[in-house]
Amino acid sequence: MLDDDDDCERMTPSRRAVLGAAGALFAWSFVPKFAYAAAGARDPRFLLVVLRGALDGLSAVPPLGDPDYAGLREGIALTKDGPDAALPLDGFFYLHPAMPNLARLYATGQASVVHAAATGYRERSHFDGQDVLESGQGGPGQTDSGWLNRLLAHLPAGENISRKGVLGVGVVPPLVVRGEAPVLGWAPPRMARAGSDLIQRLEDLYGQRDPGLARALAQAKLTEEIARRQGMSGEARGGGGPDSTDGMKRIAEGAAALVGADDGPRIAALAFEGWDTHANEGGAKGRLAQLLGGLDGALATFEQGLKPVWTDTVVMVVTEFGRTARVNGTVGTDHGTGTVAFLVGGAVKGGRMIVDWPGLKLEQLHEKRDLKPTTDIRSVAKGVVADLFGISGPVLAEKVFPGSGGIGPMAGLVG
Amino acid sequence: MASPSVLRSESVGLQRFALGFGLGQSPEIRGTARERLLAEIERRTVPQPTGLPYSGAAEIGAALYAFEDAERAAREAKPAAGQQVAAAAPAQNQMAPPKPANEPALPYRTYRDEVVARVRLALEAETGFGERLVQFWSNHFCIGATKSNMTRIMAGAYEREAIRPHVFGRFEDMLVAAESHPAMLEFLDNRLSIGPGSPAGKRRGRGLNENLAREILELHTLGVSGGYAQVDVTNLARIITGWTVVGREAVLGFPGSFAFNAGLHEPGAPELLGKPYGQPGKEKGLAALTDLARHPATADFIAIKLVRHFVADEPPPALVRELSAVFRKTEGDLAAVSRALIESEAAWAAEPAKIRSPQELLLAAFRALGRKAEFGPIVGPLNAMGQPFWQPSGPNGYPDSNEAWASPEGIKTRIDVAAGWGRQAAGSVPDPRALTEDILGPLLSPETRQAVARADSKPQALALMLLSPEFQRR
Repeated sequence: MLDDDDDCERMTPSRRAVLGAAGALFAWSFVPKFAYAAAGARDPRFLLVVLRGALDGLSAVPPLGDPDYAGLREGIALTKDGPDAALPLDGFFYLHPAMPNLARLYATGQASVVHAAATGYRERSHFDGQDVLESGQGGPGQTDSGWLNRLLAHLPAGENISRKGVLGVGVVPPLVVRGEAPVLGWAPPRMARAGSDLIQRLEDLYGQRDPGLARALAQAKLTEEIARRQGMSGEARGGGGPDSTDGMKRIAEGAAALVGADDGPRIAALAFEGWDTHANEGGAKGRLAQLLGGLDGALATFEQGLKPVWTDTVVMVVTEFGRTARVNGTVGTDHGTGTVAFLVGGAVKGGRMIVDWPGLKLEQLHEKRDLKPTTDIRSVAKGVVADLFGISGPVLAEKVFPGSGGIGPMAGLVG
Repeated sequence: MASPSVLRSESVGLQRFALGFGLGQSPEIRGTARERLLAEIERRTVPQPTGLPYSGAAEIGAALYAFEDAERAAREAKPAAGQQVAAAAPAQNQMAPPKPANEPALPYRTYRDEVVARVRLALEAETGFGERLVQFWSNHFCIGATKSNMTRIMAGAYEREAIRPHVFGRFEDMLVAAESHPAMLEFLDNRLSIGPGSPAGKRRGRGLNENLAREILELHTLGVSGGYAQVDVTNLARIITGWTVVGREAVLGFPGSFAFNAGLHEPGAPELLGKPYGQPGKEKGLAALTDLARHPATADFIAIKLVRHFVADEPPPALVRELSAVFRKTEGDLAAVSRALIESEAAWAAEPAKIRSPQELLLAAFRALGRKAEFGPIVGPLNAMGQPFWQPSGPNGYPDSNEAWASPEGIKTRIDVAAGWGRQAAGSVPDPRALTEDILGPLLSPETRQAVARADSKPQALALMLLSPEFQRR
């Protein structure tokens, strides 16, 4: 283990240097990609953040270079200059001014933005949309298991990672982690902890009477052990929920501590809520700005909390679908289709906009109303986990994202 | 005396359909559970909470607007404080009397009173079947208290006005009451939706908000696979333009009450599911809701949700078909549907596999321990377990499956919560072993009996009773 870590330490700075150098292409070609996926070379961490409620991608990452943007977004449009100017990404796309940390990570090659992206789902129900996003299936209605759980279950046999389980943050675990593979749970503690003697007695009782409860309790104990060793206090605190800046930060802190632990899970999913901005969405300031600020703070918290393993980390931020291109009758936006996804982390080949921009003219919009999706989120997710975990295309196409054979893993997302 | 197997099944039923056996109740209830549930249906009403400061949404609306005005005045007066005392004085007059230290603001205070009052009813109920149905329908037509001051302050009134009166009444009446309630119109933004062709729409260039229309179709009536398309969503949004909440100026009625505002209403006869609706004014929306309530997809959707909630995560199809048929035949008579559920052998025969939801667990535990309804001890555990009253994370309400509630973190949190209940009740329970016999009756297993008997303290014994599989599952 120590040796492996050493390897990582030595490899990483040189890789960064290579990426930053003018002759990057030349040097890069001499670093075989599979070297990182090979056992021992990298101890990857993958965190999936689900934004429930459908993030307005056109506000989070406004295409200020598109001549049709401002007209569609009357009342909430962002601008290139002024006191609350959007933050430049590539000259065409900008970032919402509430996200300075993400702008910094982008500028330093540790974040990429995927735009005009969507799952395969083309209706506009939040709940079906989230089911499709999290189940990894082609359509709604198949919610027995989530794609992160199946990913874990299909890692190469004997893989150290799969034994560690997948972490689902929250009292109610997100669908994306549910399934046959071991699921760990954690939520910011709100009650005083029960004594270990009571837990012991319940283990006995459930062991005799109730295998389901026994399994759940065993998993819970496992997580608590790791949390304790990580020095997480377990002390109950009040505070905001997953739609508040404070709540997002505490969730991110906890997830980072558990995923950062040597013996902790390597894969985790968490959800932030409140993105359904039908009315009074706001522009540079306002409701969405506050939420984006919370997300931005959580990304900084991940960076801080996962510092020792940051170069092996990818945080992927996704949402069920986007919102209407045009502002609705109540200075908000209704359910739409194409939106953004973020890839953040030291392992991301960052500083790039990943986009095939469809345009914003009426006839360029999906059903003349939504940003047209040109990139399938599954190809991004497949590309990331293929590179991070060395999992093969066929397994991804059959087990993790069933029926997605036609949607290849996007190459080169992870450096 | 009923046979042991009947007693067992009646005891399961008391937990499955109602809130379980309470401290001090007569054991006779166990042998006659089904009769008592059916008798509740025949009464055709569920009680209303009492002792609340505001009788309904209209009174609450006036108080809310006054509160918000006073807050604003106080904010605006602040910079001038000390310099222009005289100028600030008129604003002072409008302000509510100064609140005592630590007393929460009006919306939260009202929410608190409403929660306590509705919990009190559930603790006092004989079986709690009606209360369980209130919870079910309140979750089906959920609003979210955290959206705004208005949804926070009206959350309890919404349940009292839109849900309770119709639990054993007609589905379409509940549907109309829910969709026209100010709390719902605020929660799903319809109060702001404006027909583009309406007088206001033409004047202001504002337009539709389709949030409520979509959720009516997807979550409240047909279900997501009920056979509607985007055009139906948009047209239903047009149909219910003008369904709004009276503002502080009280132009169309009492401030904070429902009003149909013709100035916002989209003219014309939009088609919903292929049928045009050209009725005048509010009638247009009422006609659409009535048709949606009687649509066969609605009957199926409601039947599945009811069976999933009360019987099993995988609803037995025959039972679903039965309830759906009764719903259709009676045009949504919810007393008839409830009766069909309670009279069905399949509904009683299923294994008690479903884990109690956090709210059910809290109410059942409080009943078993003889606790009173107090806000702090209610809200803390429910927040921790993830199911505070009227605060689901989206308009689809709280989940209703073991996957959601019996997760590792969920179980761990339950243990923490029950350990606290054990500590708090230890002083008032003379003998946990006797209490366990009383509360679990024929459900009590030898293993749980032994675990309770061997506990090293009274608090631990009580926690073990509350955490036993017999108490957790129904």
